[in-house]
Amino acid sequence: MTTGTERLPRPGFVSVQTTVPYWEAAAEGTLLLQRCKPAGHLQHYPRSICATCWSEDLAWQPASGRGAVWAFTVVHMSGHAAWRDEVPYTLALVELEEGPRLMTNVVGVDPESVHVGMAVELAAEHDTSGPQPLLQFSPVRPAESSPVP
Amino acid sequence: MTLRDTCSIVGAAELPPRRTTPGVTTLEMIARVSKLAIEDAGLEPGAIDGLAVGPQVGETPQHVPATVAEYLGLRPAYADIVDLGGASGAGMVWRAAAAIGAGICETVLCVLANSRDPDVIPRSPNRNPIREFDVPYGGSGANQAYAMVAQRHMAEFGTTAEQLAQVPVKQRTNAMLNPDAVFHGKPIDVLDVLASPMVMSPLHLLEVVMPCGGGAAVVVTANRQAGSLPHLPVPLLGAGEKVTHRALSQAPALTTSPLAPAIADAYAMAGVRADDIDLLSIYDCYSIVVAITVEDAGICPKGEGGRWLEENDLSIKGDLPINPHGGQLACGQADLAGGMGHIIEAVRQLRGEAGARQMATADIALVTGNGATMSEEVALVLGAR
Repeated sequence: MTTGTERLPRPGFVSVQTTVPYWEAAAEGTLLLQRCKPAGHLQHYPRSICATCWSEDLAWQPASGRGAVWAFTVVHMSGHAAWRDEVPYTLALVELEEGPRLMTNVVGVDPESVHVGMAVELAAEHDTSGPQPLLQFSPVRPAESSPVP
Repeated sequence: MTLRDTCSIVGAAELPPRRTTPGVTTLEMIARVSKLAIEDAGLEPGAIDGLAVGPQVGETPQHVPATVAEYLGLRPAYADIVDLGGASGAGMVWRAAAAIGAGICETVLCVLANSRDPDVIPRSPNRNPIREFDVPYGGSGANQAYAMVAQRHMAEFGTTAEQLAQVPVKQRTNAMLNPDAVFHGKPIDVLDVLASPMVMSPLHLLEVVMPCGGGAAVVVTANRQAGSLPHLPVPLLGAGEKVTHRALSQAPALTTSPLAPAIADAYAMAGVRADDIDLLSIYDCYSIVVAITVEDAGICPKGEGGRWLEENDLSIKGDLPINPHGGQLACGQADLAGGMGHIIEAVRQLRGEAGARQMATADIALVTGNGATMSEEVALVLGAR
């Protein structure tokens, strides 16, 4: 009989040889996109082939880290037991300014204030409690200074 | 139709067998050999509109065709898995011919691959892209995709929670006439839906389908003998299929789905239009799916699904009933059999055997099936012309 208080561990780290550079960069807080060299198509998630033209001649390119919330949801009942105690948390598809979209969390803000179109950027800090390096996003921080019109 | 003279094999490629293939995944080998095959054919990847794959043991337990299609950037109108052991390759070829001969697609990629990596002891039973890129963020399960679809539909079109709540409410009303529905005799109203626990915003518990056990089966036979059997036959008039992605990050759009091209293909094959449809027996795992389906089916303009659901009587007394049996939202979802339930209800109605919930006029039905993240779609037009 379980007491219901054990915290289920998060699923283990998953990577394949092709995506090793992606996760190494993620551990440093950098988001890499793939660019196919012949045509310049950008893509996420990384894979062994360009999904647009099937070129296998791919390179890594750091993303600016800026984008906007394309869609989101505030999770109240998690789909996986390991996140049962994290709720409410925000899952989001962020559309990067380069074009591709990725699944992530929006952090550092009340989940109820997240909205479609919200301008976001890579968060200053990411959740490191699990085995997979996360690249999370937070609302764009205001500029250091701006001239008074 | 006979398979003879429908098609030819124009591309062929192999990866030479090796005792071990360290450092590559099955998906990557599929990509590599597919590329060699399409180059051999002298075609562009964009020419491929059909896909047949084998099971991908250890990497993707389900939704295998969609996973492979997405990895390769394909959006096929025929997406199949052939699971016949060593007969899979040959089995793919005649199935591809049948799809081509039926006009479902023109060019089918049939691909099988297997990585034999001695160093891989799977730490998890699957290591497909969703497992790698979505799950670590807490993005597991089906609900989150539909919640995001609903959020986007609300943001783009102003669809409201009250409008979406119409779906479970009206399905429960229909189920009052279906003693087999899990929620038979349990009507609800909009306030009940909105007061039910939030699962993932904006979807409440009562607008999410309840998993059940159960089953469903249909027998499909050639028309030459269909007329001599006990029940009125229900002819297939048209069919369409479209798979566009597996992971939501790869979706071409969220507020319209591959139902739109699938339904258009089914209508065209059947020689009907949206206003010829008497009955919508449409997949309803979540409220938002029904709103988007009536838009993608051309029943109402894009973005007005919420308002249409509010304004229309979905019961058999209405002009265009939806799921007279109560749909999966009221009947429960017996895993993949839940989707077949929409076929079976259409058959009952078109036979005139729906008893207490029989529609007065039921000649032509649109049936839809939906899978994964509203990314695997099939439409059928059934009925006597």
